[in-house]
Amino acid sequence: MIQAIVFLPLLAALIAGLGQRIIGTTASKILTTGALFTSCALSWPIFLSFVMGTGEAEVVTVLHWVSSGALQFNWELRVDTLTAVMLVVITTVSALVHLYSWGYMEEDPDQPRFFAYLSLFTFAMLMLVTANNLVQMFFGWEGVGLASYLLIGFWYKKPSANAAAIKAFVVNRVGDLGFMLGIFGTFLVFGTVSIPEILAAAPGMAGSTITFMGMRLDTMTILCLLLFIGAMGKSAQLGLHTWLPDAMEGPTPVSALIHAATMVTAGVFMVCRLSPMFETSEVALGVVTFVGAATCLFAATVGTTQWDIKRVIAYSTCSQLGYMFFAAGVGAYGAAMFHLFTHAFFKALLFLGAGSVIHAMHHEQDMRYYGGLRKHIPITFWAMMMGTLAITGVGIAGVAGFAGFHSKDGILEAAFAAGGGGVIAFWVGIFAALLTSFYSWRLVFLTFYGKPRWEQSEHIQHAVHDDHGHGHDDHAHAAQGDHHHDAHHSASGDGTAGYHPHESPVSMIIPLVLLSIGAVFAGYAFKYQFIYPEQGLAFWNGSMLAYDAELMHHSHQVDTWVKWTPFTVMAIGLFLAWNSYIRNTTLPARFVAQFKLLHQFLYNKWYFDELYNVLFVKPAFWIGRFFWKKGDEGTIDRFGPDGAAALVAGGTRLAVRLQSGYVYGYAFVMLLGLVGLASWAMVNFL
Amino acid sequence: MTADLALIWPELILTIGGLITLMLGTFLGDRQVGIYQLSALLTLAAAAAAVVALFGVETTVFSGTLSVDGFGGFAKLLIYAASFVCILIAPRFFSGGMRAEYPTLIVFAALGMGIMASARDLMTLYVGLELNSLAAYVLASFMRTDERSSEAGLKYFVLGALASGMLLYGISLLYGFTGTTDFAGIAAAMGGQLNIGLIFGIVFVLAGLGFKVSAVPFHMWTPDVYEGAPTPVTTFFASAPKVAAMALMTRVVIDAMGPALGAWQQIIIFLALASIILGAVGAIGQKNIKRLLAYSSINNVGFMLIGLAAGTQQGVEGVLTYLLVYVVTTLGAFLVVLQLRDADGNQIESIPALAGLSQRRPGLAAAMAVFMFSLAGIPPLFGFWPKYLVFEAAVNANLVPLAVAGIVASVIGAFYYIAIIKMMYFDDKSDTEIPAGGGAIVEDAVITASALWLSVIGYLFIPVLAVVSASAAAVLF
Repeated sequence: MIQAIVFLPLLAALIAGLGQRIIGTTASKILTTGALFTSCALSWPIFLSFVMGTGEAEVVTVLHWVSSGALQFNWELRVDTLTAVMLVVITTVSALVHLYSWGYMEEDPDQPRFFAYLSLFTFAMLMLVTANNLVQMFFGWEGVGLASYLLIGFWYKKPSANAAAIKAFVVNRVGDLGFMLGIFGTFLVFGTVSIPEILAAAPGMAGSTITFMGMRLDTMTILCLLLFIGAMGKSAQLGLHTWLPDAMEGPTPVSALIHAATMVTAGVFMVCRLSPMFETSEVALGVVTFVGAATCLFAATVGTTQWDIKRVIAYSTCSQLGYMFFAAGVGAYGAAMFHLFTHAFFKALLFLGAGSVIHAMHHEQDMRYYGGLRKHIPITFWAMMMGTLAITGVGIAGVAGFAGFHSKDGILEAAFAAGGGGVIAFWVGIFAALLTSFYSWRLVFLTFYGKPRWEQSEHIQHAVHDDHGHGHDDHAHAAQGDHHHDAHHSASGDGTAGYHPHESPVSMIIPLVLLSIGAVFAGYAFKYQFIYPEQGLAFWNGSMLAYDAELMHHSHQVDTWVKWTPFTVMAIGLFLAWNSYIRNTTLPARFVAQFKLLHQFLYNKWYFDELYNVLFVKPAFWIGRFFWKKGDEGTIDRFGPDGAAALVAGGTRLAVRLQSGYVYGYAFVMLLGLVGLASWAMVNFL
Repeated sequence: MTADLALIWPELILTIGGLITLMLGTFLGDRQVGIYQLSALLTLAAAAAAVVALFGVETTVFSGTLSVDGFGGFAKLLIYAASFVCILIAPRFFSGGMRAEYPTLIVFAALGMGIMASARDLMTLYVGLELNSLAAYVLASFMRTDERSSEAGLKYFVLGALASGMLLYGISLLYGFTGTTDFAGIAAAMGGQLNIGLIFGIVFVLAGLGFKVSAVPFHMWTPDVYEGAPTPVTTFFASAPKVAAMALMTRVVIDAMGPALGAWQQIIIFLALASIILGAVGAIGQKNIKRLLAYSSINNVGFMLIGLAAGTQQGVEGVLTYLLVYVVTTLGAFLVVLQLRDADGNQIESIPALAGLSQRRPGLAAAMAVFMFSLAGIPPLFGFWPKYLVFEAAVNANLVPLAVAGIVASVIGAFYYIAIIKMMYFDDKSDTEIPAGGGAIVEDAVITASALWLSVIGYLFIPVLAVVSASAAAVLF
C-alpha cells in the first residue's frame, strides 16, 4: 500500500511528462490527478489507524541500494506516526492542488508538463518523509528542490521567474551543503546512515567531542547545526529565507503546494524526525529556538508592509515556519508537528484563495488595486475568511477554535512552559501573533472590503480593452507592461473600470471548500493526539523519541493569562487593521509618512537581498569573472586549447611554406634530416 | 638452384605475366584495354594464389638472399591485392588514354615489392627496391602530356635517386664494417661491439628506407607526387609500396639490426614522432584532397613506426594489422576521390567542392565518412583497432611518452578528417555539380565492401587477424 502511495505519483509524472505528446493534455491531467487522489485515499486510512491507536510502525524494503564498504543501505519506506501525518498532509494538499490546477491553468499551453512536475514533486516529497536513512532523505530533499526549481521557473519565458527559480536553487544549495556535511559527519561519527540506528546511538554520543581545525567541538552540536542549516535552507529560515518570497513567481497552485504546505515544512519534519539527536545538544536546540523566533518576528514585520497578495502570504508562511521551529527548539515537537499539520490546510487554503482572487482579477496581484471583491466572488471570500480566522488563531481558550488557534496556542503555551529561552520565544511569538493578525486582516480588508480600486490596474485595463477577456495567454502578462491604455474606460466612475470579476470554476471551488473544512476543524479534531500528554504519547508512539509528555503536561497548566494573551493580541491586530484599512483609510499613509525609515526598512525586507548582493553575489560574480577571464580564458585556454590550436595552425602554415615545390628545397630537408639523425646517433653512441 | 625456383613461384609468375602483358600491349595495340588488363589481373591473381600455395613454407632460397616465409607472404598478398585493385579501376579513369604500360609497370612494380618483402640480403633488398622505384617513377609521369604529372615523375625520380644514394652508401658501410650483405651475418656482427661505421650505416639505410615509406623528414616528395600523379597511380603509391617498404624496413631493423636495438630505436622513434605530428599538422592547411591524403599517409606511417619502434613481436603484429587496415581504408578513400567528377567529367580534387556532398551523393559521402572516421581512429570503426595495437605495443615496450604523443597527434589528426565529414554533411552545397556516377559497379563494390569491413564487420576478423599477424610476425623473432 505504501509503495502505491509513493510510486503512483512517480508513475503518473513519468507517463504524463514523457508521453504527453502521445496521450494528450486531458489524459495527462486525468492520470496525474487520479494518481494523487488514489494516493490520498490510501494515506488517510493509515493516518486514521494511528489516530485510533491501531496503527503499527513498519519499514518496507523496496530494494537494495548501496553496498560499499561500511556504507550499506537500502531503499526503504518507513511508515510511522510522523510519516503518516506527513503523508496525509502531502497527498491531500497535492491532490486538491492538482484538481485546482484544472481550473487555474486551463489556458496554459503546457499543462501536461505542469501536472507532471506537480506529481514528480509529490513523489520526491513522499520519498523524503518515508526515508529510513539519511541518504534517501537527501534524495527526496534534492528531488523536491528540483521540482521546486522547475515549477518556480515554469513560465520560463518570464525572466523574473527564471531568476527566482535560480535564486531558490542557489540559496537551497547553501542549505544543502550543510545538510550534506551533516550526513557525512553523521556517517563518520556513527558509521551508518540508517536513521533508527543513529537515533538509538545518539544519546550515547552526547558530550563527546571532535577536533576540527585545532578546536575541540561538541560532536552532536556540530552535527545538529549542520543538519539544521539544511533545514533552514529548505524551510526558508532567517538568513536563507530570501528565495521564498521570490518563489511566488511560480503559478499560485505551486505556491500553495510547495511553498506553503509541504516542501518548506521539510525542515521542521527533519528536525522532528531527528529529534533525539537534537535533544543531545543544548546549544543546537537553542539555535533552533532562536532562529525560529527570529524568523517568526522578521517575516511578520515584513508581511505588514507588502502589497503583493502572494508575497504577504509568503512572508506569513515564513513566519509560521518560525513558530514551528521554535516549538521544536523548546522540545515541543508534537506542537511543531501539529502546527505543521493545521498550517498545511489553512495556508494552502489562503494561497488557493489568493489564486482564485488573482484569477478573478485577471492576474492582478497588487492589493492596492483590489477592494470590494466580497460581493463579486463570495465563495472565495468565505474561503479566505476561514483561512484568515484559522491563521490568526480565533478561538475561545478551553473551548474550541479554528485550526490555527489550537496549534499556535499549543506552541506558545509550550514555549512559556519550557521556561528559559522559551519565555523569550513566547513573547516574540506573541508579538508576531499580533502582526500576523494585522497583516492577515489587512489582506482581507484590502481585498474584499472598501470600494473597488481596479481602474489603475494595467491588468484590469488590459482585460477590459481586450474583447476576449480571459481569452489570452495566461502568462503573457510579463510583457503587458508595454500596453499602456491611456484611455481610461472608467465611465462608471465606481473604480471598477467597467470590469466584472467572475467567481472561479468549480474545479477551483471544491479544493477551497474542502480546505476550509480542514482550516476550521483540523485543530479541534486532532488536538488530543498531537499535543495532549497521554494521548500524544500513545499517538506518537515513539516515532519522535523525544516527545516530551511532561512538557506537554506543563503547557496545559500554564496561567490563564498566558492562554488568553494570543487571543487578545489577535483582537488588537484585528482592530488595528480595521482601523487602518476600513475606518480611516488615510491612516496607513500618514503612518508611513511619520515613520518613513521604519517603513522603508520593513518594506525592503530588512534589506536582506541588498546585503546579500553586496556580501555574496557581487564578490561571487567578481570571483567568477576573475576565474573566467583570467583563469580560464587567460591561462587555461591561452596555454591549453587555444594555444594548442594556434600552435597547430602555425605548424600548418610552416609546413605549407616548407613545401615550396622546389626539388632542391626538398633535397635540402632530406639531407638536413640525415645529418641530424647521424649526428644524434653518433652523439648517442659516443 | 632449380629446386629454389619452385619456391619463388610468385615472382616467376609476375615476371612471365608482366612480359606477356607487355607483349600483348605491343602487338595488339593500346586499344585492347580489356585484354592486357585481364592479363595483368590474372597474373596478379595467379601470383597471389602461388603465395597461398606456399603457405607454411619457411625457408631461404638462392644462398639465403631471399626468404620464403609467412611474413613475406602476408605482405605480398596485401601488395598483390592492392595492385589488383589499382589495375581494376584504371580504365575508367584514363577513359581512352589507358596504355598497356600501366598494367605492365604495376606488375613489375609488384614483382619488385614482392622481392622487397622477402629480401634477406642487402643486394636483393636494393634490387627489389629499385625495380619498384623505376616502375614508380614512370607511373608518376604516366600522363606525359600533363604538366603536373611530368613534374611529379621528375621530382620523384630526382629525390628517389638521392634516397637511393643514401641507401647504397648505408649498404656499403654495413658491408664494409661487417663483411657481409646477408641479414643474418649483419645481425651477428651487430650482436658484437658496435662501431661508428655501423651506426652510420644504420642511419643511412634507415634514411633510404624512410624515403620509401615517406617518413618525415624524407617525406617531402609525397604531397607533390601524390597531387601530380594520375589518381589511380596515387592510389597505387599510397597502398602497395607502403606495404612493401614497411615490410622491408621491419625485416631490416628486426632481422638485420635486431641486436642493435639501442642504435636504431631512437631513430625510428624520431621518424615516428615527426611523421605523426607533421602528417597531422600539415594536413590541416590543405585544399586538395590528394595532398590531404598524402599527409594522411605520412601520419599513418608514423603510427606504424610506433609499433616498429617497440621492436617486439607484439609491435610487428601491430604494424602488420595496421598495414592491412590502412591499405583497405586508403584504397576506399582514393576510390571515392576517383568517383568525384564534375558535370564536364573532370576530376574533382578540391576539398571545398566536397561541401554538401551528402545531399548530392549520399552513398559516396557515407562511405567517405566511414573512411575518414576510420583514419581518425574513432571507435567503433575498425581504424581504431590497429592504432590501439601499436599503442599497446609501445606501452608494453616502456615507450609510454611515444604512445602519449601518438594519441595527442591523433587528436590533431582527427580535426581534418572530421572537418571533411563536417563539410560533406553540414555545409551548404558547393557550386560544383557532382552528377551521379552510374556504371561504376566495380568501384562501388570495392568501396562498399571496404566501408562495410571497416565499420563493424572488421571486428569479427580480429581473432583470425590476430593468429595470422602473430604467425607472420613470429618469423622475425
